[in-house]
Amino acid sequence: MLGVQNISRRTFLKSAGVTGALVLGANAATGSMIGTARGQSNGSSVKPNLFVQIADDGTVTITCSRSEMGQGVRTGIPMILADEMEADWQRVKIWQAPGDETKYDPAGKDAQNTDGSRSTRHHFDVMRELGAAGRYVLEQAAAKKWGVDASEVYAKDHRLYHTGTGQWFDFGEVVDAAADIAVPTGDAAPKLKDQSQWKYIGRDMPVVDSYDMSTGGATYGADISVPGMKIAVVARPPVYRGKAKSFDATEALKVQGVEQVIEIPALSDAMPAQFRALGGVAVIGTNTWSVMEGRDRLVIEWEDGPNVRHDSGTYNDELMASARAGGLVIRDRGNVDEALGSAAQVMEAEYFVPYFIHTPMEPPVALVDATQMPVKIVSSTQAPNETRQYVAEALGIEKSDVECQVTLLGGGFGRKSKPDFACEAAILSSKIGAPVRVQWTREDEIRHGYYHAASAHQLKAGLDASGNVTAWHHSGAWPSLVSLWNPVQRTGFPVEFGLGLIDTPYNQVPNLRIENGETDAMIRVGWYRSVNNIQHAFAMNCFANELAEAAGRDPVEFLLELIGEADVMDLTADGVEGHWNYGDAIEDWPIMPKRLSNVLRVVAEKSGYGKAMSPGHGLGIACHRSFHSYVGTAVHVVVREDGSLHIPQVDMAIDCGRYVNPEGVRKQMEGAAIYGHSVAMHGQITTTQGAVDQSNFHDYTVTRMDDAPLDVRVHIVEDFTHLRPCGVGEPGVPPYTPALVNAIYQATGKRIRRLPIGDQLESA
Amino acid sequence: MISMKINGVSRQFHGDPDMPLLWYVRDELGLTGSKFGCGAALCGACTMHVDGEAVRSCVTAVSEADGSEVTTIEGLDADGNHPVQRAWRAHNVPQCGYCQSGQIMSAAALLNENPDPSDEEIVDGMSGNICRCGTYQRIFSAVRTAAQEV
Repeated sequence: MLGVQNISRRTFLKSAGVTGALVLGANAATGSMIGTARGQSNGSSVKPNLFVQIADDGTVTITCSRSEMGQGVRTGIPMILADEMEADWQRVKIWQAPGDETKYDPAGKDAQNTDGSRSTRHHFDVMRELGAAGRYVLEQAAAKKWGVDASEVYAKDHRLYHTGTGQWFDFGEVVDAAADIAVPTGDAAPKLKDQSQWKYIGRDMPVVDSYDMSTGGATYGADISVPGMKIAVVARPPVYRGKAKSFDATEALKVQGVEQVIEIPALSDAMPAQFRALGGVAVIGTNTWSVMEGRDRLVIEWEDGPNVRHDSGTYNDELMASARAGGLVIRDRGNVDEALGSAAQVMEAEYFVPYFIHTPMEPPVALVDATQMPVKIVSSTQAPNETRQYVAEALGIEKSDVECQVTLLGGGFGRKSKPDFACEAAILSSKIGAPVRVQWTREDEIRHGYYHAASAHQLKAGLDASGNVTAWHHSGAWPSLVSLWNPVQRTGFPVEFGLGLIDTPYNQVPNLRIENGETDAMIRVGWYRSVNNIQHAFAMNCFANELAEAAGRDPVEFLLELIGEADVMDLTADGVEGHWNYGDAIEDWPIMPKRLSNVLRVVAEKSGYGKAMSPGHGLGIACHRSFHSYVGTAVHVVVREDGSLHIPQVDMAIDCGRYVNPEGVRKQMEGAAIYGHSVAMHGQITTTQGAVDQSNFHDYTVTRMDDAPLDVRVHIVEDFTHLRPCGVGEPGVPPYTPALVNAIYQATGKRIRRLPIGDQLESA
Repeated sequence: MISMKINGVSRQFHGDPDMPLLWYVRDELGLTGSKFGCGAALCGACTMHVDGEAVRSCVTAVSEADGSEVTTIEGLDADGNHPVQRAWRAHNVPQCGYCQSGQIMSAAALLNENPDPSDEEIVDGMSGNICRCGTYQRIFSAVRTAAQEV
């Protein structure tokens, strides 16, 4: 239980610069009350979090401390607080918090980093507590004004009612009496509402930014300008960790609007890339077009460095060889070798997934003013506090001397939790003595990103004479994202294992071994929506489908048998130590095979699985647990004679435990199907002599409306809503591709084992 | 000198006539509703209307708009209540919202030209605009809804 605090009006005005009357905060660091009355918090050394404010006109302003990138967090999280507080949503405003984890991370779990599909699951409890505290304070204040006992007062729909007389106050009318009221903790803490009294949690709510987003009024990273600001683009080394040997800016400087060309130093060889600036040559001027034109006229001689040997043609083959070799055993149950040796039938298949890049519609952008202290950042960042940290490092100052204002994000998908672009702006601002906005172009985003790891997978299984799976062996290899911190890292690490590999859900298989092979990272590797779950779900769901066929079994019944109905799957029984469970305790979010089987059954039923399909049609199914949620996906595909595809219908069943905004869940699933369709059909980054081959949407294609599934039906599973909230932003992506690939097999008899599908069906 | 009306206001531009309309509007006029997504007419985030036709303003030189009437998302409707904008809200279309100005401008131009588009015509008309959040299903429905109102 967190301590929830009623902070005085003056303190809040001073600390947050927002007008208001009654403000509540929570403190996760101490877990206790820090002071309750006016002025007391001034004497405390601990800074409180600040989440709700009630003005004397009754307007309730709720703080959103998570970054909005389309996942609906500015709607969903405040809904929880408003519900518990009995606020009227029509009178709620959202205030976007700047980066300050000492104030705005009430759960104390993720320092405001908005990634890992964790906002709702980490904030559900604390937002309810903050809302309940708000309701408590208002009820006490009303009681004080009436001179009655608070037990005679209750809050409902933005009003405080007196049970005896039926009199009521609007929330705003008691603000003057509320400022000194203490919020008790422990057993005396304000009671949370019973679920039957929820008025917003579990109900459809449109996004709060809908009007702004439909009128051009929504503010993103490049939409804020400050006086004296300059705009910059940067020419970066084409090969990861390359350097500018020399450059000639003569022609660039002739472009009208270009003012300066200066170098951003390359990282020293001893410095891991992390989220630091890559280095390069910056063109700075008065408008975006001029500096882009100027950059085109730079003449730069690059020194490529050792990653020039990074050629996708050979690298991908090496990855597959590494997967075959395996080596690091991360989970081992029974005796796989013996079981394979005695199997009636041994099956083997290899799968490959290439590099992807995020391509959020808004390319990275940051504005930094390093001419004053504190340094000010304005950015569409997923991680405002890491942005502060890396900017501070780039400038050689303390993080506490850096502020970060968070705008809306024009998509994130993991790219914008890596603030290299803000470091560039900080370095340039400091060098030229003016605020600088660094604008990445689409070409920059595609060529100089943090790439979703390419990966190779070898799977083997043994079947007995009855078609039962007696052994399952999965060996995968990929460049690890740990290489950002430790460039010589050659294996994966627990986070990557935990992304749907070590927790392979085929719990009923008696002999099971999972291995990881070694490889070098020769490009920046970074997380991408649903991360390694993409390739893991692809390989295992497709291989299970191949096994079902070999066993002469229905694929869904076969999967249900592999997964089983156990309450929990205990990885420690298979010798797994230090399992990374999405950063959460396994007791709080266990791995529950029965929930995976459940979504599989639901999606099979809803999609009409099992019905006769016309020639050229297929209905494929896959399921996967990620970010604690369970998703089953059914894709209906039509493969035309020319090999082109049409997707008449997609069904998705999601069990995300306690959900908050079902409309938000549906939107995330619809979007995940489209995102998954891009992964399946299009996504592919390749390199030649270390440089990325693709540059814009003509050669890095993504799903458009004309190849998108336009009938995605989302089925929110209600059976486990008594359990904790689970992730929603990412879990819809992984099962889409294997469901499509399995559907294609049913339609055509062709197995796709290498992504993207691209034109593989046309050449068949 | 280049002259045009932008959202009904007369403007004179004295700079490089090759500058794309997008950057004139964003950087010099401070109208930031039109977005930069690709710079190559591949994604549609920058879509504006020039004399009623949808153009990709990231590749449309200011000189090409000389003497024209330019409409950006800010000028589509004074109250933000163009039938397309209302339909967008009714269908709760946006996720991140970044591409939606361009989507709405493309949809408005499509319906201006063809008030009763078939499903295929909606798909054809909207496939130049990319949405990475994957809101196509709702965009498709919203265009259908808006078509009934225009």
